[in-house]
Amino acid sequence: MTTIDFTPDAAPARRTTVPEPRPAGFIADTVTIAGRALRGVPRDLEAVTPPIFIALFFFLVNIATLQRLTENQIAGFDFKAFQLPTAILLGVTGVSRAPALVLDVQNGYFDRLLLTPVRRLAILLGHMTADITVASALIIPITIVGFIIGIRFEAGPLGVLAFIALGALWSLAFSGFGYAIALKTGNPAAVNSSFLLFFPFLFLTSSYVPRDQLSGWLGVVAAWNPVTYLLEGLRSLVVDGWQWQALGKALLAIAVVATVSMTLCFGALRGRVRRS
Amino acid sequence: MSARAQANRFAIQATKLVREFNGVTAVDGVDLEINEGEIYGFLGPNGAGKTTTVRMLCTLLAPTGGHAIVAGYDVVDNPGAVRLRIGVALQEASLDPKQTGEELLRLQGRLYGLSKSVARTRAAELADLIDLGDALHRPISTYSGGMKRRLDLAAALVHNPGLLFLDEPTTGLDPVSRAAVWQEVSRLNREFGVTIFLTTQYLEEADALADRVGIIDAGQIVAEGTPTELKRSIGTDVIIVRVDGDAAIARPAVERVPGVIQVEARRHELVISTTDGPATVSGVAVALSSSGTTVRDLTLRTPTLDDVFLELTGNRFQHDDDQEAAK
Repeated sequence: MTTIDFTPDAAPARRTTVPEPRPAGFIADTVTIAGRALRGVPRDLEAVTPPIFIALFFFLVNIATLQRLTENQIAGFDFKAFQLPTAILLGVTGVSRAPALVLDVQNGYFDRLLLTPVRRLAILLGHMTADITVASALIIPITIVGFIIGIRFEAGPLGVLAFIALGALWSLAFSGFGYAIALKTGNPAAVNSSFLLFFPFLFLTSSYVPRDQLSGWLGVVAAWNPVTYLLEGLRSLVVDGWQWQALGKALLAIAVVATVSMTLCFGALRGRVRRS
Repeated sequence: MSARAQANRFAIQATKLVREFNGVTAVDGVDLEINEGEIYGFLGPNGAGKTTTVRMLCTLLAPTGGHAIVAGYDVVDNPGAVRLRIGVALQEASLDPKQTGEELLRLQGRLYGLSKSVARTRAAELADLIDLGDALHRPISTYSGGMKRRLDLAAALVHNPGLLFLDEPTTGLDPVSRAAVWQEVSRLNREFGVTIFLTTQYLEEADALADRVGIIDAGQIVAEGTPTELKRSIGTDVIIVRVDGDAAIARPAVERVPGVIQVEARRHELVISTTDGPATVSGVAVALSSSGTTVRDLTLRTPTLDDVFLELTGNRFQHDDDQEAAK
């Protein structure tokens, strides 16, 4: 048996000047959690580097492969401008702090947060606030590459901002699925598998050619895929200028996906923090 | 006197606390009355119900029966008020490995409504208390087990709680780190008057730190008192005899020896409680020899909490480290 040498020391009494603890408030909680999540991004570069690499890689390769073919087939078609929204969605879809949250659940840090007076909703919204910031930051370099290869926005500088905002909102809407899986399962492998949702959303749609060029079943599926309307809204800002109907449909598509994903993730949050 | 006023005399008051998981009762009618300023050791083997009890008392888990008042508030009706007044260091150090120690402490302070400057000052104050030095600015992933435990303790103290729950704070630590945590726990209680509810599977930890000890087994408290009281409850001295063959066969011979209070036989071991060990030991040796029992080893010592546990449950106390060593 190990013997521990332990004699309580006899240091003099100490004083501390900590104010009475109190709930910090919903906004302060959200900002605090978002700040932590954002500080974690540079320490988790593997979470954001591959998406941006993949987006830029396919953006440039697709243009090199398909630009001449599509522009020869479709009169007045600008494939580079057409591809920019696809690249944006490839870059930001599925990028979230959900993997970090699931690690918090696993290593007990989530319980530590629950032991504080933090509003439970602020834990999730703080992460999502960080996500929307990261998504905006990821869209910017891809858009800059677009400018470098000659793409111009018909909607002007404000259109660029709207373009970034739509892309970031989509990223947020999609992130709800990752958070739902993270909170429901507490399993990192399950969270990583959420990328499978990415394929039907991003490839059963008008990613590479306009919707009217899709044939048979793919055209039907694309008509039901919300991403189709998001892509058309984003493209309208680049190609046509301010097309309110296209933008309205894009926002509606984001809202539909967000309604489903957020219902799932807030339900999962309730389940995770339930004490029964 | 009102129930609330009565409860205020205690840092923790639990009545018939029950927690079931899918029909399995993990905590089965636990009653607790823990005074302010006390260190209460909650002792039990792995799976006895210690952690489930702590999770109920610190509002992470709702009881399925009974009720508990912690720091003056009901854990079910007013969990938010309880959380403001307690600090908790859970069984596994609940830390984010990618943050630095300082970031973790400051964030913790912000969640308790401390301003940025106060949170920064408090982090520095606690760093001094737990003696982490420059490591405070390193990622937590680089910390040793002992450093993580001390940081975990500091995080539980950010808001200066009057009641601290420590769930197996030294499990898995080496003896030096364990002694450092004991020192901190003792100091917090003595210098700041913090009430400490300490669960442990180490008998010597409860013995060294706790004013009172509750022993939990299979979800029920089987004994409670000061370590001295508990040890006295089974006699002044203990004689341990290891024999060849089944110890139960030799038991009747020993029970007849004058001065013997009680005899427990377990496989090859007899645990004999007596009021006067030195006077009884020769009689025990003679009795065993006369009964034809071959004695392999005979030890006289004062009782330990392990003996208390054996007396109460019929099993030797075994903690995780023992189980690891046995593998």
